[in-house]
Amino acid sequence: MNNALLAQASEEILTPGTVGGLMWLVPLLPFVAFFVILFFGKRMPGKGHWVGIGAVGLGLLLSLVGFFELAGGRGAVERSWTWFELGGTEGTTLELGMTFDFLTAVMFVIVTAISLLVQIYSTGYMHDDSRYSWFYAVLSLFTSSMLFLVLSNNLLQMFVGWEGVGVCSYFLIGHYWEEKENSSAAMKAFITTRIGDVGFLFGIFALFTLGHTFNIAELNHLAEEGEIAGTGLTVAALLLFLGAVGKSAQFPLHVWLPDAMAGPTPVSALIHAATMVVAGIYLVGRMFVVFEHSGAAMNVIAIVASITMLIAALLALVQDDIKKVLAYSTISQLGYMMAALGVGAYTAAIFHMFTHAFFKALLFLGAGSLIHAVHSNNMSDMGGLRKYMPHTFRTFIIGSLALAGIFPFAGFFSKDEIVGEALRAANEGTRATAWIVFITAIVVAFLTALYMTRVVVKTFWGDYRGHGHPHESPGSMVTPLWVLAVGSLTVGFLGFPVIGPFKSWITVPGHEQPGFSSFYNLILPVASVGIAAAGVALGWQLFARNRWRTDIVKSPFGWSYSFVQNKYYMDDFYLGGIVRPIQYRLSKGAYWIDQHVIDGIVNGSARGSLAASRGAYGIDQHVVDFAVNGAAGITGWSGGLLRYVQTGHVQRYAAVLFAAIALFVGLLAFT
Amino acid sequence: MPVTFFLILSALLFSIGIYGVLAREHAVLVLLSIELMLNAVNINLIAFSALFQEAGVSGQVFALFVIAVAAAEVGVGLAIVILIFRNRQSVNVDEMSLMKW
Repeated sequence: MNNALLAQASEEILTPGTVGGLMWLVPLLPFVAFFVILFFGKRMPGKGHWVGIGAVGLGLLLSLVGFFELAGGRGAVERSWTWFELGGTEGTTLELGMTFDFLTAVMFVIVTAISLLVQIYSTGYMHDDSRYSWFYAVLSLFTSSMLFLVLSNNLLQMFVGWEGVGVCSYFLIGHYWEEKENSSAAMKAFITTRIGDVGFLFGIFALFTLGHTFNIAELNHLAEEGEIAGTGLTVAALLLFLGAVGKSAQFPLHVWLPDAMAGPTPVSALIHAATMVVAGIYLVGRMFVVFEHSGAAMNVIAIVASITMLIAALLALVQDDIKKVLAYSTISQLGYMMAALGVGAYTAAIFHMFTHAFFKALLFLGAGSLIHAVHSNNMSDMGGLRKYMPHTFRTFIIGSLALAGIFPFAGFFSKDEIVGEALRAANEGTRATAWIVFITAIVVAFLTALYMTRVVVKTFWGDYRGHGHPHESPGSMVTPLWVLAVGSLTVGFLGFPVIGPFKSWITVPGHEQPGFSSFYNLILPVASVGIAAAGVALGWQLFARNRWRTDIVKSPFGWSYSFVQNKYYMDDFYLGGIVRPIQYRLSKGAYWIDQHVIDGIVNGSARGSLAASRGAYGIDQHVVDFAVNGAAGITGWSGGLLRYVQTGHVQRYAAVLFAAIALFVGLLAFT
Repeated sequence: MPVTFFLILSALLFSIGIYGVLAREHAVLVLLSIELMLNAVNINLIAFSALFQEAGVSGQVFALFVIAVAAAEVGVGLAIVILIFRNRQSVNVDEMSLMKW
């Protein structure tokens, strides 16, 4: 089997001179940039941002060339080098490898493009920051880690990139660490995702135990052949999914993402659109065949994702902080993607990830532009900004429409694919949970339109409620907005039903699948735009016209409002139910053990070593020294005796010489 | 003439040489005694060469080697004796006990 795969892989290796085999350069460039900026950034023109922008810009060019090569019909590239071997010939070879297929290429284009725009944007946004060079250095490392994760052909290597992404997000979320809140948010993000990472790691172990390989293609192949199956496969898949839950902020580990808004806004854009949260989606997408062959795992994914998208969409409705609205929106959209994977709509999920990257980056950078202007995250300090910030306004509207799923913006195509696929799966009965996903997706589409209308109305309409005079952001910030706006408007057509090329690019590894099914039901797209439009209309009535609004806190539904307002008390539950007991009881126990057991061991071993040292000193003084001095004494004494022989008189030596000769001759003669 | 006579002569010369080396105090006389011992060996070599004529002249050749070596040895030895005399105004072997610790 191994040989067959290798043969297949070697067939796919491109002829020399093409770009596909050079893709390892793309993560390497920002990685080198990280060190350059770190060590020399402060002394460089632009404090090092040109290095970061240049590295990722080159990476984007390479990615695009590689992408068009693939689109031009060249095969995917898979290469690996032996890293080291474990356990001799019967053991395992750990490999460093790369896969460059359409999934990787799409991710590469997203990551490098968004990272490039974010870095250009940051030259304006972060202009006065005291840790400017450090910020750019970590942005480069962040990008590099994500690219490394995406490029790797085996799970171990992917895990390295996965952790690299985690630690960089920690640095960036805690960028303004002078305030305790921000460093706590960074810690929360780090620890929460780490819970998932443990699952991922154990998932890797489980798969290795079952399949004796870390190679992703081989694992998928084994699952396809049924060589990994049954409970073991389900357990492994669920463990991997736990990793994705942590990284992609799915219920119940979604709590870190809204707090991650403590970081600078460009970082939020990067985290949400390209580098961090989509890693979980990517993982499930990469290992899709493994997941696909476990019905239970697929059902769990679908249910968890449905819960996630619904609760996050509701939460987005009640936030005042504009970045938190967008954060919950991201969670909700990630739920969409994950749910799509859960019903087997692989292509639709990846397509939604692709389009979402554009409009979510656009929305975050737009929000950053707003925050830059009014110096507050809260929508209650904004209002009426469309007059002051025309570019931000127009691009933000485009992003919102794309997110709400209005034709012809990018979100419409991808969201519709997911809804359509869910409906088809439900009708055909291939997945038990498809109906749940379908209904939730429809509800969430409505809610998405509603909360985006709320955001737009609260920030751009009405009167300005903040302080000072807001002004449009500089060109370095507005240009990326327009680039992304154009992207949000156009990339959806790549997945245009029937004629869009996207479905021929992204197919489930190992078997043919009808990629795109839109117009599976002709009524569906019309209905879904209608639902989104209804959401916008209701939002307009509620928030712009102030109709039908009563003080909801005092209404009979007040309890539900405060339930949502308090994030379903999940943070309180985690804090009160898990963190505090650990902190107090477990910590106390640990303290007691530390004081009595560990200290006892430490002190005991100290005393033991002291006594042993004393004993050793005695032996050294008496036994060893006696031996050494004794040997020296004997040598001296015998030397003193022999000294009398050495008279220095040549004739005596000669006498001894002749006497000896006479003696030996005599012995020879008489015996 | 039997070879025994030559051997007795050579043994006598060798013994006189040993006596000279061991007993005389004057360094030049010690050197002369060494020459006596070497010549005793030469007599032996020549005598046996004459006795075993079928073995060729290798014994006589060895004697020539010994004479050459003796000449060199005396040259070096006398040079050392002269240097010692210049340093210490004496060539008494008993007084030359420098080679001890």
